[in-house]
Amino acid sequence: MANPASTPTSQASPPTAAETHSGSGHDWLADLGALVVDATSAIGGFAIFTGRTVAWMSTRFPRGDTLWPNLYQVGVLSLPVVALTGTFIGMVLAVQSYAQFRALGLETRLGAVINMSLVRELGPVLAATMLAGRVGSAMSAELGTMRVTEQIDALASMGANPIQHLVVPRLLACLFMIPTLVIMADFMGVVGGYFYSVVILGIDQHHYWRNSEQFVGNFDLFSGVFKSLFFGATIALVGCYRGFHCAAGAEGVGRAATAAFVISFVLILLLDLLLGIVLEALYAYIWPEGAKLF
Amino acid sequence: MAPPQSPADPPSENGPKDRRDKNRDGGRAVARGDSTPSDHSGAERGAVAAAEGGALDVLLDIRDLHVAFGHHEVLRGVNLAVPRGQTVAIIGESGCGKSVLLKTMIGLIRPTSGQVCFDGRDLARMSERELTRTRVRYGYVFQQAALFDSMTVGQNVAFPLRQHTDRTDDEIEQRVLSRLAQVGLPASVAPKRPAELSGGMRKRVGLARALALDPELVLYDEPTTGLDPIMSDVINELIMRTRLSYPVTSIVVTHDMHTARKVADRVVMLYPLARLAHDEPQIIFDGPPSELDRTGDRRVSQFVKGEAGERISELRGA
Repeated sequence: MANPASTPTSQASPPTAAETHSGSGHDWLADLGALVVDATSAIGGFAIFTGRTVAWMSTRFPRGDTLWPNLYQVGVLSLPVVALTGTFIGMVLAVQSYAQFRALGLETRLGAVINMSLVRELGPVLAATMLAGRVGSAMSAELGTMRVTEQIDALASMGANPIQHLVVPRLLACLFMIPTLVIMADFMGVVGGYFYSVVILGIDQHHYWRNSEQFVGNFDLFSGVFKSLFFGATIALVGCYRGFHCAAGAEGVGRAATAAFVISFVLILLLDLLLGIVLEALYAYIWPEGAKLF
Repeated sequence: MAPPQSPADPPSENGPKDRRDKNRDGGRAVARGDSTPSDHSGAERGAVAAAEGGALDVLLDIRDLHVAFGHHEVLRGVNLAVPRGQTVAIIGESGCGKSVLLKTMIGLIRPTSGQVCFDGRDLARMSERELTRTRVRYGYVFQQAALFDSMTVGQNVAFPLRQHTDRTDDEIEQRVLSRLAQVGLPASVAPKRPAELSGGMRKRVGLARALALDPELVLYDEPTTGLDPIMSDVINELIMRTRLSYPVTSIVVTHDMHTARKVADRVVMLYPLARLAHDEPQIIFDGPPSELDRTGDRRVSQFVKGEAGERISELRGA
């Protein structure tokens, strides 16, 4: 992808560059103000976009012929990379934790460590990251091209709402498929971790599974999949928003695709932290004595 | 937060369709009737009356329109009333705001201030849903055709029909082929992708798609730009033929004087704001094409004759 720093065509950067040359304190303040205004308007724009999408989604279910291709694109075509990612996370976890746990003579506890990290954290986050690259950038590039070639305007001019036609099916596809793919990543991770621990490192498989069963509960599975629902929505909305607000030309499309990935990645990490805190609090609230286990 | 399940699909799919059709009947039947012969001739009489300047039935009314992007002002105080049945050519040099004006007319760009009224209703005051419904009565021919490249040519032309009517697949196919034939394209192009067609063919497909639902108002964004002289005239003929087949109102943005003279009843010339003083109106000519040569305004005659005049020295100076 093109290096964004080499092309200062965004609205804010030319005045910024000019003003830093003169170097007075006032300009520094103006820069900060401009940054705050830009950030606020971007967040506001994104919030309005999300609101409109939810409004259209809740009133009209998209037609099958717009939904199916998206489900296929997001779900079926992402399956191989997601399965591969999952398998490798499981194996890498086994490789990294083995030495330390063996030193304590706790190698059968690897089952608990690997599977717990997988379903709670690494499965959802890494699968979502993979999908932000594969699905989010593709959406952004596709819608960006449609914006640049006036296809989005054409859709609107024919009395078809672009949000309803382009964004809602993509959001629904991500909401259905990304949690599903995360479950797949979790499963493949469990298989990968088992394979490396039991087959290659020779850990006793009865105790490996016994420990997993004891420590990994339904709530852990639930919290991973629950988070992935938010990751899915983020990927779809950021990808579509960047595509809809794409700057003109091939360069604009490229930048929209890159920005879609970077922004959704940052948001995924941020949401992961926030949801982690919320879910922990929820767990402690529902099962006060259970929280002591860890 | 749970996503809707797929079993809910069939009933909710029928719901919107019914609603859409009601909207369509409510919106369009009142305004011009569908295809019964008596309605048709009635509307035609209306068009003739409008053209003669009798009872002016204004379809599109633009009042004191201002459009600015950030600090960059593009349109300032534009007033334009287009009666039903008229063909207006909007001319002017590149960058004078013609395309922006055209997009404002269909609500793709929101005015900074001022009003755009279609059939008496302000586009900016409509809800997103009403605007969507109103746009069914428009046809828009894009400069680069803007065909959906994920679909075949046939699916492109069928798109508005599938969206807004509940015709069977056979009926839609018949209609698509007849629309393509009207713009001189054989049935063999229907299964092709837009990328496989030449520029002129793509433009004609765009025209066929815009006319698929017999719109009341057709907006053409530089219909002949980038085409050879013969294909340009083919497009001109198609614009005129559409007018003959039913009393459509057309607005043609162009800088091709041949097109403007040939198809238009009325020519409006826009001038770039950067070249105007603060109190000068942006529309510097508004009249029939025959008046173009008689006007005393040098800015108009310079454009009509295509003379660079002092521009080249201005460019050097800059």
